[in-house]
Amino acid sequence: MSLRTLFDKIWDAHVVVATPAAPALLYIDLHLVHEVTSPQAFDGLRSRGLNVRRPERTVATVDHSIPTVPGGLADPMAAAQIDALERNSREFGIRLFNVDDPRRGIVHVIGPELGLTQPGMTIVCGDSHTSTHGAFGALAFGIGTSEVEHVLASQCLLQQRPRTFEVRFEGALDAGVTAKDMILGLLSKIGVSAGAGHVLEYTGPVVRSLSMEQRMTLCNMSIEGGARAGMVAPDDVTFEYLAGRPWSPEAFDGAVTRWKTLPTDAGALYDRKVSFDVTGLTPMVTFGTNPGMGMSITGRVPDPDQCGDAGARSALGKALQYMGLTPGEPLLGRSVDVVFIGSCTNARLSDLREAAHVFRGRRVAKGVRTLVVPGSQAVKRQAEEEGLDRVFKSAGAEWRESGCSMCIAMNGDEVRPGEYAVSTSNRNFEGRQGRGSRTFLASPLTAAAAAVTGRLTDVRTML
Amino acid sequence: MKPFRRISSRIVPLLERDIDTDQIIPARFLKVTTREGLGDHLFEDLRRNPDGSLRPEFVLNRPEFREAVILLAGENFGCGSSREHAAWALSGHGFRVVMSRSFADIFYSNALKNGLLPLVLSGEAFARLAQAGGSGEEIHVDLPQRTVAWSDGSFTFTIDSFAGLCLEQGTDQLGYILGFEQQIAAYEAKQGAGGGS
Repeated sequence: MSLRTLFDKIWDAHVVVATPAAPALLYIDLHLVHEVTSPQAFDGLRSRGLNVRRPERTVATVDHSIPTVPGGLADPMAAAQIDALERNSREFGIRLFNVDDPRRGIVHVIGPELGLTQPGMTIVCGDSHTSTHGAFGALAFGIGTSEVEHVLASQCLLQQRPRTFEVRFEGALDAGVTAKDMILGLLSKIGVSAGAGHVLEYTGPVVRSLSMEQRMTLCNMSIEGGARAGMVAPDDVTFEYLAGRPWSPEAFDGAVTRWKTLPTDAGALYDRKVSFDVTGLTPMVTFGTNPGMGMSITGRVPDPDQCGDAGARSALGKALQYMGLTPGEPLLGRSVDVVFIGSCTNARLSDLREAAHVFRGRRVAKGVRTLVVPGSQAVKRQAEEEGLDRVFKSAGAEWRESGCSMCIAMNGDEVRPGEYAVSTSNRNFEGRQGRGSRTFLASPLTAAAAAVTGRLTDVRTML
Repeated sequence: MKPFRRISSRIVPLLERDIDTDQIIPARFLKVTTREGLGDHLFEDLRRNPDGSLRPEFVLNRPEFREAVILLAGENFGCGSSREHAAWALSGHGFRVVMSRSFADIFYSNALKNGLLPLVLSGEAFARLAQAGGSGEEIHVDLPQRTVAWSDGSFTFTIDSFAGLCLEQGTDQLGYILGFEQQIAAYEAKQGAGGGS
């Protein structure tokens, strides 16, 4: 048997049909569904008279457009989408974690916390941040609505085999530097399209030392580097996380034995490799309008005139104009209007603990609107049991119900035109957090520090 | 899906790189349950001012491009979100071809499922077509022949043969997948109750 990577093993185990004339037909173990990218797919099934082939492998929840204010009402169009998901789930026999269900939350937060996400699986969802689930050693990627319909009807997808790309992190992280800073650091080096056509595998001692929640942050933003999927090989950290979760396998020891065969064989080859040394890595922040435009919080905004290539020069110039930033200026000390701590990137319990660590005994700066939005209702309950909600509230931050909230700004939580937000989410695109919004992506620690000081701050001075 | 054979049109040049799907169709327009009507909001924040008035300087608003069905965009077009609404908005507006040096993976796949040809260009071809876009020259895309031609030149392009065939024939990929029912059932039987994991 030839030497294989983690990706190769999962791919090979899921190919249903391989013909030279067409892409492979790949079997999907778990299909996650949400309200925004599914209604047209269910309509497609109805118009063809098809059923959902494996409803027990399909799980739905509402996250994108639901309000985060308790008892809040969705706007009529969002409400119609939520109603449609409720109707479709009932009609097709799919489990739905609806608005009132204590298990609901952001789809990429609840899959892992319920134990639905498991090593070796193929997992898809009509959402690009499905890459998050790769943290468990699963092959997980986002799909469009037509493909959602394909999976509902056939439990399969037509896929070209992607190439493999090892991202090896060397060195060790300093205090105050997190998985979010690792991925923003990586993206600032490789850019936003290097991963196209590839599946990333994150390796190296730093990755092994990360908790499952940090690994999820890392894999979550693989798509920001152009890769549909990012993975971390499963190990004892993975197995300990999964033990005792509601949907974890009943024969757990047997499952662990199988999962232990998944990691990349020593000596297996990747199509591409990059290594990134985190020694000396500082908290990172983005300055531009894509997640690859990131820098050290202590650095200076780059100058378009220093760009070698004309395309990069014009993209950077346009981004700085949108952001209202001047080449060469430091970002430390720049005042901000909004702080958002949330999203599938950074709204798990450990993220909230880190933010609370900074807020404890401090107050949110005057005039800074600060939202803390837990990733799921379970995260919310756990945070409240630990008293984190009281830390946030007594600091002057708003403590909300779970949902995607201000990451995608579909539910009324948005940044106003021209305002600056420090956000723990994943995208700083023009208008992403509301028309005219200007986003600085950062870690929960850095976001909390900005909330307290009202300015972009090096959180290491506050720990 | 409408079969794709030959298209002649001017080229709308939108040459910035990394145009993300939030630019193509902002998230606030995703609260729909159908595919229709999204063309009206294609590039909304670039096309219109906050008060809804058109921004005449935006390329799509220029009268000479009203009828154009070919978009020429900078590299990594369609990055970001998986929203198929981006492909629906482009085809809803009337576009049949998007040309770029490169596309984001999910957008590329979504385009193919909506009769929208994502055509990958060499650097040389991109430069020549950017020029054609600027001058309002008409160009001709022939999918069966895999050629792009204009008044005094042409080049051939490549596309994955299965994807090309599906576009040419307007093939419904789900119908094709369901043709493998026996193989899917056999795979499931082999995996047993534990499934593929």
